[in-house]
Amino acid sequence: MTATPPTTAEAARPLTTLLADLEASHRSLGMERVRSWKAAAPERRAIGCLPVFAPREVLWAAGALPVFIRGGGDQLETIRGDAYYQSYICRLPRSTLELGLGGWLDALDGMIFPNTCDVIRNLSGVWSSLFPAKLTRFLDPPQAGDQAAGIRFWRSELSALYRDVCALSGREPAPEALRAAILAYHQARRAARRLEAARIETPWRFPVDETYLLRRAGDVMPPLEWARLVDDYLVAAGARTVRPEDRIRVLVQGAFCEQPPLGLLRALERAGCYVIADDLTLGHLDSDDPDPDPGLDPLQALAEAEMVGRTASAVRYDAQGDRGRCLAAEAKRLHADGIIFAAPSFCDPALLDQPRLTKALGDAQVPYTAFKYAENTGQFQSIREQAGTFADSVKLWGHA
Amino acid sequence: MIQKEQSMETQKAMLAGYFGRLATAQRDHRPVVYTFVPGNLTELLSAFDVIPVYPEINALQSGMRQRSDGFIREAERAGHSEDVCSYVKCDLGMMMKGNLGPTGEAIPPPDLLLCSFTGCFVFMKWFELLREQYGCDIAMLHVPYQGDGKLTPAMRAYVVEQLEREVIPKLEKIAGRKLDQARLEENLARSARAEDDLVHVFESAKARPSPIDAYFAGVYYIGPIFTSFRGSQDACDYYAALRREVDERRAAGLGPVTPDGPMAQEKYRLVIEGPPNWTSFRNFWKIFYDEGAVAVASTYTKVGGVYDTGFRHDPRRPLESLADYCLGCYTNLSLPARTELIARNVREYQADGFLFHSVKSCNSFSAGQLHMMREVERLSGVPGGFIESDLVDGRYYSHANIKNRVESYLQMLGSRRGAAGTTSSASAAPPASPQLHLPVHS
Ligand code: SF4
Ligand code: SF4
Repeated sequence: MTATPPTTAEAARPLTTLLADLEASHRSLGMERVRSWKAAAPERRAIGCLPVFAPREVLWAAGALPVFIRGGGDQLETIRGDAYYQSYICRLPRSTLELGLGGWLDALDGMIFPNTCDVIRNLSGVWSSLFPAKLTRFLDPPQAGDQAAGIRFWRSELSALYRDVCALSGREPAPEALRAAILAYHQARRAARRLEAARIETPWRFPVDETYLLRRAGDVMPPLEWARLVDDYLVAAGARTVRPEDRIRVLVQGAFCEQPPLGLLRALERAGCYVIADDLTLGHLDSDDPDPDPGLDPLQALAEAEMVGRTASAVRYDAQGDRGRCLAAEAKRLHADGIIFAAPSFCDPALLDQPRLTKALGDAQVPYTAFKYAENTGQFQSIREQAGTFADSVKLWGHA
Repeated sequence: MIQKEQSMETQKAMLAGYFGRLATAQRDHRPVVYTFVPGNLTELLSAFDVIPVYPEINALQSGMRQRSDGFIREAERAGHSEDVCSYVKCDLGMMMKGNLGPTGEAIPPPDLLLCSFTGCFVFMKWFELLREQYGCDIAMLHVPYQGDGKLTPAMRAYVVEQLEREVIPKLEKIAGRKLDQARLEENLARSARAEDDLVHVFESAKARPSPIDAYFAGVYYIGPIFTSFRGSQDACDYYAALRREVDERRAAGLGPVTPDGPMAQEKYRLVIEGPPNWTSFRNFWKIFYDEGAVAVASTYTKVGGVYDTGFRHDPRRPLESLADYCLGCYTNLSLPARTELIARNVREYQADGFLFHSVKSCNSFSAGQLHMMREVERLSGVPGGFIESDLVDGRYYSHANIKNRVESYLQMLGSRRGAAGTTSSASAAPPASPQLHLPVHS
């Protein structure tokens, strides 16, 4: 597999500047980007989407920027949000409320809550009662055993959402706008695939903290602009001269919702791993999501893509019951040496999945290790030691 | 000696019959389907002569029989996280230990897992785990959550279509025959009769004193209708008898029957949100009746169906009414709808207060409860209390702590009532800081 970053018309920014911009944007939760995008035209809208599903094409076609909100990260002090949640609930809802109550999300015209777990599901109700003036929409992506029923339901849900967001931005619903949005996100997914291929091929050139920041930028950017940014990065980072180190190649699994701190990702690589793939930014610009069929009615195409081809994950019904085997096969396909399960504390979907997945990995003799984190975890020493021990034992004996 | 209502004895006999049928299911060639309480399709299952098993009920019974802690440990040793729902771990641990039911006989493995994905995300993960263990087929019924506060025609059509295309064909396969439509309709008609009686029983708590405890005794009242008996003649008879029993107590001006006998004096009327703790159920209940506190309404008794707002199973629209039932279970309602329901119960049942029992295991119930509590206070003008433990993980039940908190809360209600010079709590303003938020003890 070869990553061939295309050249862009624009002169690529120096890598250091690009990375500094990405990190600064990440630290301010990217909202400056959203505000400046909206400021360019008064009818522009922005809609926040909670993990792990964003109806990106529908929102974009309706004139709204999909903005992925993945909690407050480690730089946000959560005070008000803590008053809403008991100690045994993960951090994502409390930091999301903190963002809302603290005015961080004022640029958003609405919020979408997908049925990712009961915490996000219930957060939709808390949110709608705290912010009654803004659009709050709950979306339940189809989990039906019967695909035809799921597609029909999902098409009607997307249609209603499209109508409502068009009303918000003053646009007329139009199939051409949906088709254009599908194409735009197709471009973005192709960029995501180029990025992923590059990581797999030469991970020492594309460290996880950088590719992560790049993907998080995609959470708050228009699709084509993000695709250009990816290419800029691939050109700049691909040109640097770094030698591969004696590290193991790992996949990170389970971190799809509440995000680990950037420092934790850095600690993993410093401990002797190359993170060649992960599920950190699941739900938006996923490289392995299907491309909706351009020959179909656009809403039908989107519904089919969602029901039939969406990336397998802990929050999608595993109809074939083979997610564990698929994960093991994926590890082998990518020549990964092992898997790191990194799940947020108290995260039902991630933690309930782990025993099933680890059993399949055991059967396939794929080494793994597991730890939990919170978005505000401040000490990475023990995680670094654990990852280091894992890397050493895989290198020494081929297993953990 | 523990005192019991006559209806409890009847129910015990019904359950013995059920476990007997289960024990001989394989010999009798009766298929067994594991499913969940919220959104259960009992009328449909019994139209196929299929026997349902409810892993949640197995877990709660293990909790009451003091077996759950061992099962949970077993599951955790096998790699399950301490952070996740204890019902799942209790069930998996029980399975690892031979899957013995309360009669000591093994519960047969499922011929089909019917995942009514209603009101709880964990259900899907739980049955994915069980499928791995049993290697059987799974029927996945996705019931959309009423997140935006309404049941839409698209949701109903989606559930009906899944019943037609996924659930019924898979039941036909394991039963080896077609659905008997007439039988389904008869079952649904019987369900509606029992549901009328159940609502009557729960509404009796509007009387002063309330003749029932709608939470602690309420969990027994919902037993047959939330599980394998809904739609059966046994359930109709049981609820008719229960209704008579409760009417008699009400006519005689009697309060609820507690394990220590009839409650002497009703001092506090409470609405309770959240499931109970099962590992110390009797002691938990005792904290309340010792203080003269009676639950006049509860949300846990609506997890398997919210009937008091008018829903009934309907033989004239069988699949649509099954769909509406699944969509309308309590934990499938939005948080604002749940909040409104509690506030309405506080008003209609003239409660002095309301108490949230938050359980560590259950995000479906617990995530957002602190906000709900403030909202109920705002809507009802009544102060709320908040306690925490778990369903079946005894490590998270601290009796002394909960007793202390409940007593303090009741004292606060008492002094508030004294200050207002009235028994009608809704007339007094809520105190500045009524929240009793406990950290989970270890
Ligand atoms: S971290 Fe897990 S439990 Fe928390 S909101 Fe996300 S998916 Fe739900
Ligand atoms: S999370 Fe709650 S509703 Fe879901 S299975 Fe566990 S106890 Fe039941």
